[in-house]
Amino acid sequence: MANRLTTFGNDLYTGKRSFNFVGGRKKWYAVVAVLLILSVLVPVVRGFNFGIEFRGGSQFHIAGVADATSQPAIDAVASVAPDAVAKVTIVGNQGVRVQTDQLEKAESEQVSAALAEAYGVDPSEVTSSFIGASWGADVTRQALFGLLAFLLLAAIVMALYFRTWKMSLAAILALLADLIVTTGVYAAVGWEISPAALIGILTILSYSLYDTVVVFDKIRENTAADGQESRRTFAESVNLAVNQTLVRSINTSVVAALPVAAILFIGAGALGADTLRDISLALLVGIIVGTWSTVFLAAPLYSQLREGEPAIRKHDQKVLKERERASVSKADAEELTTA
Amino acid sequence: MAAPSKRSTRPTPVRKAWRSLTWLGVIIVALFGINAAGVMWAGGSWTPKLALDLEGGTQIILAPQLADGESVTQEQLDQAVSIIRQRVDASGVSEAEINTQGGQNVVVAIPGELDDQTRARIESSAKLELRPVLLADVATNQSIDPSASAQPTDAASDLATTPTAVPTDGSDPSWITPALQDQFDTFDCASIDSSGANAAPADEPLVTCDSGRTIKYLLGPVEVSGENITDATNGMVTTQTGASTGQWAVNIVFDDQGTKDFATVSQRLFALNGQTPRDQFAFVLDGAVLSAPQMNGVITDGRPQITGSFTQESSKALADQLKFGALPISFTVQSSDTISATLGTSQLEAGLIAGLIGLILVVIYTLFQYRALGTVTIASLVIVGVITYLTITILSWREGYRLSLAGIAGLIVAIGFTADSFIVYFERVRDELRDGRPLVGAVEAGWKRAFRTILASKGVNLLAAVVLFVLAVGSVRGFAFTLGITTVIDVIVVILFTHPMLQLLAQTRFFSSGNPWSGLDPNALGAVYRGRAEFRKPVAVPATKVASSAKEAQKRQTIAERKAAQVDATVGASEGKES
Repeated sequence: MANRLTTFGNDLYTGKRSFNFVGGRKKWYAVVAVLLILSVLVPVVRGFNFGIEFRGGSQFHIAGVADATSQPAIDAVASVAPDAVAKVTIVGNQGVRVQTDQLEKAESEQVSAALAEAYGVDPSEVTSSFIGASWGADVTRQALFGLLAFLLLAAIVMALYFRTWKMSLAAILALLADLIVTTGVYAAVGWEISPAALIGILTILSYSLYDTVVVFDKIRENTAADGQESRRTFAESVNLAVNQTLVRSINTSVVAALPVAAILFIGAGALGADTLRDISLALLVGIIVGTWSTVFLAAPLYSQLREGEPAIRKHDQKVLKERERASVSKADAEELTTA
Repeated sequence: MAAPSKRSTRPTPVRKAWRSLTWLGVIIVALFGINAAGVMWAGGSWTPKLALDLEGGTQIILAPQLADGESVTQEQLDQAVSIIRQRVDASGVSEAEINTQGGQNVVVAIPGELDDQTRARIESSAKLELRPVLLADVATNQSIDPSASAQPTDAASDLATTPTAVPTDGSDPSWITPALQDQFDTFDCASIDSSGANAAPADEPLVTCDSGRTIKYLLGPVEVSGENITDATNGMVTTQTGASTGQWAVNIVFDDQGTKDFATVSQRLFALNGQTPRDQFAFVLDGAVLSAPQMNGVITDGRPQITGSFTQESSKALADQLKFGALPISFTVQSSDTISATLGTSQLEAGLIAGLIGLILVVIYTLFQYRALGTVTIASLVIVGVITYLTITILSWREGYRLSLAGIAGLIVAIGFTADSFIVYFERVRDELRDGRPLVGAVEAGWKRAFRTILASKGVNLLAAVVLFVLAVGSVRGFAFTLGITTVIDVIVVILFTHPMLQLLAQTRFFSSGNPWSGLDPNALGAVYRGRAEFRKPVAVPATKVASSAKEAQKRQTIAERKAAQVDATVGASEGKES
């Protein structure tokens, strides 16, 4: 009756089956490096497509509209500038406010004319102006400031909790990789960067660190319990911990990704809730990357950082030497029996 | 008498579990009660308020107040937007939208209606100056009030003797030139405009009135200005014994420079004690005197308190204004219109439907993975959902919290994240079962280890929420608020519901017998040792493994290690023989 993932979990727990996350780190680092380079190159080549909340844009106000609805404005803007996303708001009873990306002067005049026609008002009733960014430099500055403060504090808290700054360093490095890859994928898709997308990326930041702490806590437990008596090298202890939490990692990424995927594919895709696609794409990519960067990047990095420590190196050498001697004497023993 | 004795024989985990569940019940009932009270008596609601994108609100166009020929720079506008945003943020988590328009105006879109308080909060410049009082008189010169006019008359007689001397400090009466005296004598409080039309350069005296327009003042040059304020809060005035007087005040904290300057003024004015009004100093806000207290002691800690005719709301508004600094220019509300939602209700419905489908998928996956144990996860998620909904509804009533579409998506996702606490916990319990512990012991031991992990990892989340809430502005702040709420609720539910439920279920036959459908089947989990030296044949482990996994100590080792250990033992034995 045992379900396959449960059996798989048992094998991972006992070490019957084991994935070499720590030992094969060169391979994983290479994969991460390629992803990072792509994630940096894509935005450099294509550029980020920031929304009007960041760059400001053009605003049109149509006064004296008899029947104020939003659809005519959306159609009118699309007829002149098909790429521009129009945000339409009804102001009072007879006014319509249309915000679009920054338009050229000529385009702007065309849109004005099209809007006047669409709502059947005199062209003089349509005024246009430039609007500044609602997500201004001050919001970005404060958010970045908050972010740096958070990373610094989180690094300190983790270093105190785990009693080693090396875990903090590995966790923060993995987090940065998550951020770069998530923004890279977002840029590759080419969707407009909206405040919602940035909020999604911020959520990922907290989620990624959270996930790393869960796995690192198991590593802490294993390496602390093993101590000097262990027959495992440090890297093997770390690897066993990652394997033992692997079922959790799988379950967690599935459970966290399911609602996001539903919002992305069903909500935004099928039902047309466009504004949700920004945040859900950033979240979906981030959850997957955030979970797996812990396994493939943070844990091997941590192990690598610690292996150089004299005490750990001495212990590892002892373990390996004993193991070598054991296999030699085992071979001897086999020789004896066959002889 | 049978009941208590029976009660005491119950195992402690069960009693603890019921206690935790009772607390959870109390919390939920209390939240319901608070919200119900809010709905009945204080304008609360059973649904959370929605943000601008879903509900619309009010669009306020603010035009700068400029003298003829003066113009406003983009830099000033950006600065104004930044300050207005902080002021609006300080009034709650409503996610207002603020930007500039046409290089001239500031547009503020807020959910809901524009009330007088919000209007006052955003449009006034809030430029604070501390000036020493040189002269004070009742506002209406025509009807002479003997009690109030006595002192200014004395001061005026001083004026005649020192008309041209260079003033030595801010309180020096030689500031009062005959021209100023004349301006003061003829000053009509009705002519002052609270928006700062009667401004004077910082290094020159100022003639103005209090904001109630009952007293007029001739004030010395600025001694300390609002730029030196690092923090401002509102609170009740307390007496020396700590009793509250019921009067609202704004407490200011100055920076180093401000503290030094204020201490100097304080010393000087205290020395003038008795020479009223020259022992008074005035808090001047946008050109009008808020209050002009006497210096009753030397204040060297840079923490003065402004009193006046404040209410709780107006003192809070002023504190917020002072904290975030003065606007570079004053604005007036040019127009204020209701605006519609930019997203239709169809978008909200689509989001909710999709989120619901997502959560149903989570339920199916959880049941598949954890069998009957999955129902605990689902029940926990439902509890998380209920508590989150109630909390958000209450916060939207008390703190002006509003849900945007992105916020709703964030909440649905956060509920998905919450499930991880349960997964971490269940996996630890399973690990303990694999180590051969009986279920009750496994639940307790698994909980101990899982709880530590959950606290540490959720602590990181909470840290992110608190830091971003304190430091960030605008929608980032709203996000941090949501993250913080869901994290705290998650931890509460895992402590007060998930763990107690598991403790209780561990007592039932269905779970403790390791029913294959319970999700905690030791056989399926490959447990090899059942405690008290009772061995049983593992089903899921291949027969070749059985022998080697007989001892608990070996069970945690990898195959290679185990082999090595076996050989090691033989080698050790042979070595022993040799010696």
